[in-house]
Amino acid sequence: MTKTKLTRQDFTSDQEVRWCPGCGDYAILANMQRVMPELGIPKENIVFVSGIGCASRFPYYMDTYGFHTIHGRAPAVATGLKLSRPELSVWIVTGDGDGLSIGANHLIHLLRRNLDVNVLLFNNRIYGLTKGQYSPTSEVGKITKSTPNGSIDRPIDAVSLALASQATFVARCFDVDAAGLQSLIKAANQHNGTSFIEIYQNCNVFNDKAFAHISDRDVRADKTVWLEAGKPLLFGNNNDKGLVRDANGFSVIDVKSAADLQKVYVHEPRHGDSSYAFQLSQLSYPDFPVPMGILRQVEQPTYENCLQEQVDASIKKNGQGDLQTLLNSGTVWEM
Amino acid sequence: MSDTAIDEKNVNIRFAGDSGDGMQLMGSLFTDSTAISGNDIFNLTDFPAEIRAPAGTIPGVSGYQLRFADHKIQTPGDNTQVLVAMNPAALKANIQNLVSGGILIYNSDSFTARDLKKAKYLENPLETAELLQYRLFGIPMTELTLQAVKNLELTQSAAKKCKNMLALGIIIWLFSKPVKPIEKWIADKFVKQPLSAEANTLALQAGYSYAEVSELFTEQYTVAHANLTHGHYRKVTGNQALALGCVAAAQLANLPLLFSGYPITPASTVLHDLSQYKNYNVKTFQAEDEISAMCATIGAAYGGSLAATITSGPGLDLKSEALGLAIMTELPMVIIVVQRAGPATGMPTKNEQTDLLAALYGRHGESPLPVLAANKPHDCFYSVLEAFRVAIKYMTPVILLSDGYLATGADAWHLPEIKDLPDLAPIFLTKAEDFTPYQRDPISLARPWVKPGTPGLEHRIGGIEKENGSGNISYDPDNHQQMVDLRKNKIDGVLADLPLPEILGKDQGDVLVISWGSTLGAVATAVEQLQTEGAAISAMHLQYLYPLHNGIKFIAKSFKYILIPELNTGQLWKLLRMEFLLDAVPYNKVTGQPFTVTELVAAMRELLAECEKTYDKHQPLR
Ligand code: SF4
Repeated sequence: MTKTKLTRQDFTSDQEVRWCPGCGDYAILANMQRVMPELGIPKENIVFVSGIGCASRFPYYMDTYGFHTIHGRAPAVATGLKLSRPELSVWIVTGDGDGLSIGANHLIHLLRRNLDVNVLLFNNRIYGLTKGQYSPTSEVGKITKSTPNGSIDRPIDAVSLALASQATFVARCFDVDAAGLQSLIKAANQHNGTSFIEIYQNCNVFNDKAFAHISDRDVRADKTVWLEAGKPLLFGNNNDKGLVRDANGFSVIDVKSAADLQKVYVHEPRHGDSSYAFQLSQLSYPDFPVPMGILRQVEQPTYENCLQEQVDASIKKNGQGDLQTLLNSGTVWEM
Repeated sequence: MSDTAIDEKNVNIRFAGDSGDGMQLMGSLFTDSTAISGNDIFNLTDFPAEIRAPAGTIPGVSGYQLRFADHKIQTPGDNTQVLVAMNPAALKANIQNLVSGGILIYNSDSFTARDLKKAKYLENPLETAELLQYRLFGIPMTELTLQAVKNLELTQSAAKKCKNMLALGIIIWLFSKPVKPIEKWIADKFVKQPLSAEANTLALQAGYSYAEVSELFTEQYTVAHANLTHGHYRKVTGNQALALGCVAAAQLANLPLLFSGYPITPASTVLHDLSQYKNYNVKTFQAEDEISAMCATIGAAYGGSLAATITSGPGLDLKSEALGLAIMTELPMVIIVVQRAGPATGMPTKNEQTDLLAALYGRHGESPLPVLAANKPHDCFYSVLEAFRVAIKYMTPVILLSDGYLATGADAWHLPEIKDLPDLAPIFLTKAEDFTPYQRDPISLARPWVKPGTPGLEHRIGGIEKENGSGNISYDPDNHQQMVDLRKNKIDGVLADLPLPEILGKDQGDVLVISWGSTLGAVATAVEQLQTEGAAISAMHLQYLYPLHNGIKFIAKSFKYILIPELNTGQLWKLLRMEFLLDAVPYNKVTGQPFTVTELVAAMRELLAECEKTYDKHQPLR
């Protein structure tokens, strides 16, 4: 049944896509459908699990197994699925409201447990499906239907939260960066443990151009830094700027000479100390370039493997359980 | 002994002491020896509500109650005939349940000014008139224990720890039970600590000999062998039976089990037990919260595992939204609710039946699911199997209700042969022409169970209303009506498998008592007692609370009065009135305590008297 070579078409379901025209979600979906055939996974072994929100419609459009759950709970449903079926490739699709507000608790615990699943968090800094209220990632002062005088709570940074939750793979990308997104999806799939990708996604209806100040073609090189393992943290149009790191944290320098280049910090996602990645995650507009790509990637045992090891050890020690013996354990007497 | 309250057919004994005194162990060993010698048993334990209450204080008292009898028993008994109190606090906490003329055995070494003060006694009760109605046996248990083990190299505190064995030796003698099985238990338990083995054995024997030779007791008691069905038995608490039921269900379904839970009293011990059964293809998951435990259960069911979660009332509230998703996606799973006194935190260690309506109706939207209730500690085992049978056959979440009384209470379980247990093996759909995820079995109305990983059957499910058949998102008004009806009809269809609830007694008469859940033992005992007196009373105990068997209303018509005793303010009473227009009399108690047989008998008598008084016996009310 399984075709040897799958195509983008094989991953496109028969459902009509219902996002607003121009929504950033389209690009993410297209990239996912394009990359999936390259992952080499039989499509029946792929499951997309989502919560509630515009992003969470995603599973309907992928011709794989899919579960559109309830608000915020996709990580919890995915956990049960993965514990039950460790061999499946599980992809969680969530949004800033779904994953960082109502479901933040589940997200934190998913990340710290390090199940081998992938999380795509579409961050558009707004509640789209409920028609435009500010979200936990909206900037202070955001004027929306529920905050006519401006929002007063400080935004949460998804990547910082993921790092603080001891996530083993943390990355960030733009919806409009096809090459970047595809490379991250592949890397996430390769990673053994929970992969977390925050995708800055444009909601052209309720929060248009929320990321334009850093993602537009003419500013992107200056306002973001693409992280590559083992490469210096260079950015700017001709890689003419760099990030140096000392005891006070990061600062920006102009890179004009080989000597300058020497000073630029070399990115190491496998850095043993997560405070490096956390420091990176705190770099923000307008003083710093926003880091994109893989901030952190380390190997840790996965939850489902550890659990399976306990099961195996128990079988090794006690033998495969016999029900009659179990029922008749303890003090048994005859009448 | 003419002046004692001891009835040799049926003894109710309570061991009470400080939580560090080893009362649970003492009780459980005594239970084993009574069971081995052929008595029927029922036991209740009460642990202190506080985790580490100061030693010697009332909050620190731990109790173990055992009833053993020469006949089949269904309750732990209304009150105590023998109380063993290891200190003044234990006495104070338990004396009110000792019947007048009952035996009080106490550790006289502990009635010091210091211990009396800790128990908040202003005067030594031994020196007041307060205890005159009992038969008092003061025994210097601490001193005797120290004497017994004096030749061993033990610290003073280690030596004192053996006094529960000394007390056990006394009780073993008093009730003519064999001492050998306990000696064997000690030898097995302390095989790696020979010193402890010796100390405990010496203390046990010293207690036994003391009782025998001291002439303190003038008589020994013998509770004869009970005439129970032939077979192998063990003692089991409701929570142990739930855990064993989950393992058994997984084996009978030939599926791995994922059991998810979040710690909550009084349900947690089921999670503890199951976490030790990993070699039975069991995985346990302690989730970050109740919602997650529910959702992980949904995820595991979707993955094709046998999936269950356990909680108590507060957790049921939190799980309710996700339960709606389980109903909408029509996946099989079992949600066990061990009820406790509510609302909010309520009284976590106390017992109620107050979550019935929450289980039936505590969700938004039209969201029916089967609800059944266990009725005895050992019945928890069979209830789990039944819950999974229905969950798998009808592709639905099922709520199984237990409660705090069943959770920690234990009865004698006639062990089943595995071959007599039901086959629960599901059929997974692996191939289909024109497959759709919401195609239905024409009889059960269940949709197919398809495991992700099945080639060619890739599909999407979710919480949005489905088009019947295709499973595509649908906002069509007629389709929603149809799906709401289908979901209800499917659950109502469970009735096709269910016999009419059994009637204890004649199928007509003056009073029919309808009950559910853990009150069965007390209700049946009360009804049987009145039946022996000739009263026209019968009882019907409901296993299923949803769907309700239609036959209930027809049977009810053959009685003048219907009495519904419940440990709530009338939830089944409301339900039966709502469903069947049943005009019943509620009898309710919400104290955190189970019904006593005595109070049920009184309530039943009152209604029986009403029949005599108001109505001509030959004139049915309805
Ligand atoms: S509301 Fe915004 S996020 Fe939602 S589909 Fe429309 S454009 Fe996309």
